Amino acid sequence: MPDAIQHSRGASWLAALTRNTPPNGGFPATVHVVDAALAGEPARYIAVLPDTHNRFPRVRNGEVGLVEGWALARAVSELVAQDAGRAVKRPIVAVIDVASQAYGRREEAYGIHQALAGAAGAYAAARLAGHPVIGLIVGKAMSGALLAHGYQANRLIALDDPQVMVHAMGKAAAARVTLRAVEDLEKLAAKIPPMAYDIGSFASLGLLWRLLTVAQPDAPGAADMDLVETCLAQALADIRTDPSRDLSGRLGQAPRRMSKRVRERLVAVWKED
Amino acid sequence: MNTNALLKRSSFIELGARERARALLDARSMRELIGPFERFVSPWLAQQNVVTQADDGVVVAKGRIDDQPAVVLAIEGAYQGGSLGEVGGAKIAGALELAAEDNRRGVPTRAVILFETGGVRLQEANLGLAAIAEIHSAIVDLRRYQPVIGIIAGTVGCFGGMSIAAGLCSYLIVTQEARLGLNGPAVIEQEAGIDEYDSRDRPFIWSITGGEQRYRSKLADAYLDDDAEAILATVRELFRTGLPAHNRSDRHADFLACLAGVDAREQARPDAVRALYQKGL
Repeated sequence: MPDAIQHSRGASWLAALTRNTPPNGGFPATVHVVDAALAGEPARYIAVLPDTHNRFPRVRNGEVGLVEGWALARAVSELVAQDAGRAVKRPIVAVIDVASQAYGRREEAYGIHQALAGAAGAYAAARLAGHPVIGLIVGKAMSGALLAHGYQANRLIALDDPQVMVHAMGKAAAARVTLRAVEDLEKLAAKIPPMAYDIGSFASLGLLWRLLTVAQPDAPGAADMDLVETCLAQALADIRTDPSRDLSGRLGQAPRRMSKRVRERLVAVWKED
Repeated sequence: MNTNALLKRSSFIELGARERARALLDARSMRELIGPFERFVSPWLAQQNVVTQADDGVVVAKGRIDDQPAVVLAIEGAYQGGSLGEVGGAKIAGALELAAEDNRRGVPTRAVILFETGGVRLQEANLGLAAIAEIHSAIVDLRRYQPVIGIIAGTVGCFGGMSIAAGLCSYLIVTQEARLGLNGPAVIEQEAGIDEYDSRDRPFIWSITGGEQRYRSKLADAYLDDDAEAILATVRELFRTGLPAHNRSDRHADFLACLAGVDAREQARPDAVRALYQKGL
C-alpha cells in the first residue's frame, strides 16, 4: 500500500474488519474491495480511500470522483452478477469515510453525476436483489459521496465521535448558497436537527440503526472491534429476517413524521386511474 | 425554425410545474395527489422564518399517458430554487414506491420526473438528503418494470443529489435551456477556486453542463426544442419503446474504459468529452 493511502479512518477500519486481507486487484488505489468474513459468512467490504497521488487532482483527499463512482458500481455489480443464481446473497459492508464528492471542472465535464448514479444504482440494485447491505460510518459521510457510497444500505451504523458527520454540504458553501453567515448557520444548526453536522443530531432523525461508542475511533482496539463486529453481525441477522428490502426502516422516528404522513396520505388517495 | 413556426409552438418551459404535468398526461386524466389545498407544508422552514408553500414545491399528478397508468412528479423551480426538503422529497419517493408496488400487482404504472432543482434544500439539509436517497432507491426499483423518464426542460436545471436521480432514469430528455451537473457552479468555485470553475462565466458553464453538451456527450437520450408537443411525443415514444437494453447507470465498464483514456493532467474541454463518449458509449 503506498504511503499516500495509509492514514485514514476508512483504511484503518477496513484493514481491521478484514484482518488485513489484501484488496482485490483491478480496482483503482482509491477504491478498496476486500472479500473477507462477516459473522462467519463470506462478505464484501468496500471503502473509498484518499490517494494524494491520484491522477485526478480534485480527488486526492478521500473524495468520491468519476473513477471512484464507477469503480464502486463495478465492485457491487460484479458481486450481484456472481450471486445471481444463489439463494443466499453475500452481504456488502460499505466502510464510510468520505470527505465529499469531488468538486472540479473535469468532474462536471465528464459527468460525475452519472458516475455517482452508477454507484448509488448498483448498491440499490444489490439491496433489492437480496444482498444485505450495511453502511458503517467511521468518519465523514458527506452529501453526494454518501449518496454514492452507503446511503442505499439496509442498515446504517455510525461511530459516536466528533469527527463523524453526515451532511448535505460543507459549512462555507452552505452559508454561501443560503446567503447566511457561517455563524448564523451554526446557530440555526444548534436548534434545527436536520441542519446540524454532528452525528448525535443525525441519529435523532431516525436514519441510523445503531450509534456506537468506541474508545479509539482512529485505530480500533480489541474491545472496539468486538463491539463493531457484534453490531455488524446483529445488523446482518436483522436484515436476513426482515422481509422488506426497501428503506422503510428509516421512517419510524418523530422528527421525520412528515415523511411518513406524506406516504400514508399517498396510499390513501393513490387508487387506479 | 421560421418565425411562423415559432409563434405556433407552445412553450413547455414557460409552464409551471402543475401545467407541465398536465401537458404530459392524457386530456382530462390528471388528478393531483396531496394538492396545495391539503397544505402539507415544510415543518422546518417556518422555524427559520422562510415562507412555506402549500405544495412544498412538488406536484404529484396521476393519470394516463397514451392510455397507460402514469404518475408525473413535477418540481416547481420557482419555489426555493426547486430545492427538495422533507415533504417534497417524500411526495416524489412515496409516489415512485407506489408505482413500483402497482407493477408488482400487475398494474403497469410508469413515471415521469420533471427536474427543476438545485438539489437538497439546505434549510432541511439531512432530511432532504435522506429523501433523495429514497428517491434513488425508488427509481431503481421502478425502472425494473417500466421506464422512468426524466425531463430537464429548464431554466433552473438539475443539480445536487437530484442530478444523480436524473442519471438513474431509464431515459433522460433535455432542452437547450437545461443544465445538468452534480455541483452548482458557485459551490465548485467556493470549494476549488475561480481558476477551476468561474461561476460567473456563463458561456463556460453552459459549454460544460448545458443540455446540448450533455446530449452530444451521450449523457442524455433526447435533445428537444422548447415545444410542449414535441416533448409529449417523445415521452410517448420512449414509453412505447419500453425498457432500454442497458440503463446508463449500469454501464460502469464502458465509462471506466472511457475514463482510462483521459489525460487528467489537462483541464477538461467540452469537445474532448463529446469525442470520448461518442466513441466509447
